[in-house]
Amino acid sequence: MSKTQKTGTSLLRSLLNAWSWLFLVLILGFFEIYAQLEAGNTFLFRAYNLQSIAVASSQILLLALGLTLVIVAGHIDLSIGFTTGLSAVVMALVIRAAGPDAGLLAVILAMLVGVGAAIVVGLVNGWLVAKLDVPSFIGTLGTYGVARGAALIVAGGATVSIRSDEARAFGNGDLLGVPIPVVVAIVLAVGCHYLLTYTKFGVHTYALGANRASVERAGVDVNKLLIKLFVISAVTAGIGGLVYTGRFSAGAANAGEPILLYAVAAVFIGGASLTGGQGTIIGTVIGAIIIAVIQFGLVFTGLPPYWQFVAVGLVIIVAVLVDQSKSKLTGGRV
Amino acid sequence: MSALLQVKGLKKRFGGNEAVSNVNFEVNAGECVVLAGDNGAGKSTVIKMISGVYTPTEGEVYFDGNLLTGQSPEGVRNAGIETIYQDLSLADNLDPGLNLYLGREKTKSVMGFTFLDRAQMRKDAAEVMKGLGIVVPDPSAPVRDLSGGQRQAIAIARAIHWKAKLVIMDEPTAALGVPEQREVMALIHRLKEQGVGIILISHNLPDIFAAADRIIVLARGVVGGERRPAETNDEEIVRLMMGATA
Repeated sequence: MSKTQKTGTSLLRSLLNAWSWLFLVLILGFFEIYAQLEAGNTFLFRAYNLQSIAVASSQILLLALGLTLVIVAGHIDLSIGFTTGLSAVVMALVIRAAGPDAGLLAVILAMLVGVGAAIVVGLVNGWLVAKLDVPSFIGTLGTYGVARGAALIVAGGATVSIRSDEARAFGNGDLLGVPIPVVVAIVLAVGCHYLLTYTKFGVHTYALGANRASVERAGVDVNKLLIKLFVISAVTAGIGGLVYTGRFSAGAANAGEPILLYAVAAVFIGGASLTGGQGTIIGTVIGAIIIAVIQFGLVFTGLPPYWQFVAVGLVIIVAVLVDQSKSKLTGGRV
Repeated sequence: MSALLQVKGLKKRFGGNEAVSNVNFEVNAGECVVLAGDNGAGKSTVIKMISGVYTPTEGEVYFDGNLLTGQSPEGVRNAGIETIYQDLSLADNLDPGLNLYLGREKTKSVMGFTFLDRAQMRKDAAEVMKGLGIVVPDPSAPVRDLSGGQRQAIAIARAIHWKAKLVIMDEPTAALGVPEQREVMALIHRLKEQGVGIILISHNLPDIFAAADRIIVLARGVVGGERRPAETNDEEIVRLMMGATA
């Protein structure tokens, strides 16, 4: 390959790597111009809009953060859709059992039990994939069903509504003007970014996604690594469930189900690859924001809400096409 | 002076099948011994008995004068024997530094948090590679961007960096183009200069003659002959590989 050709290729590759940023700028620009022309209004520079987008992104992110680690390792976790619901319902049930004047301690206990339920799902996923060699797509599809059933059973098939000022404050309050769900998502995003980028655990996760033999022969316990990854995925999804119960003062089994597709999409839009070994938390954050902007923007333009599904579906397809042209540029050696 | 590696009377039986029997040879420091043979001759079985993957049915392996047989693969590696597999066991998405340190990464502490010391690992990798005569243009680029020879160099650098005294290389040139095969041969010579013993598994005659100080030919599980390159020729080696008796 000649030198100019090589620089051309690497330029194109950097562009492809940055496409999600460009795309975000593009759609923000589009909605801003639309707002200015159609309504003589602003889209971007209104606190209400930004806050709505931030809250919607954080909801997606809570499922997508742990999922990013699992996808980087070359696996997938579909169960998170109902892990979220399970921990939402469990948290609500514990608060209800504690009675109407339960207070802060009961809410904290309820959260711990809710996350505990999520950890059980994560452990089962990890055990299936690591010890029993079940492909993660099938294994976590199985636990998706089990978690869904378990959430509906413990909830008695209904939404579990609660009365708790503390829980409501957790879902709807703010910290220095930033909604608490957004704060929770930021804290978890920073934590996951640290894990993936700055620790041995993160390096082993990337190496596992690229070539399992490389980490195995380096003496890393791959089974333990896989179990940890699925537990982290379940924990972030479970925390998503806690936020849900706080926001709506109710736990519902299907709390996470509509977000699952968006979470998977956010990870792939953010630059991860189905074959593993690629993806970043920053990319996933951008991916989640893109989806939230599309969701909110389309509502803003007054289109029927169903267009959201179409738009997000199209963006997923674009993301996969970008990923494919990236691997073509590397000569298929991904 | 006794040899670096002594292989004494190795035998391996799988069920009723005798895969390998009565294999004896030695490897000295700074020497490259080629284990030649056709597919199924028992080369891999012998190697796996050295690297600790298989336990021999009979016989022992001594390394640096100590009994090695019975050690786990981990123990064998810690004793100073590194195996470089055909696929190189690299993580293609990581840079040379992280590949060099994979499983034993360097970290530093910043305000109580532990961070990977990527810069130091990159620097170390560049240094070891330089010792092998290879300059990596961009030390932060993933190793999938490197040539086949450079990738081989990283696998070899790993062995050198972790102070391997013996390196086992399984068909290192099998997947490479001609210029890269030459690079690998040059790497083998540099390893020898550093006093590392090498066992090279190959059935490629040009490689065998380019690299070997001694050639041990395996045929149907036994040593068919041992030759120095100067004392033999292509024809004889092929004849031995086909199972003609010496």
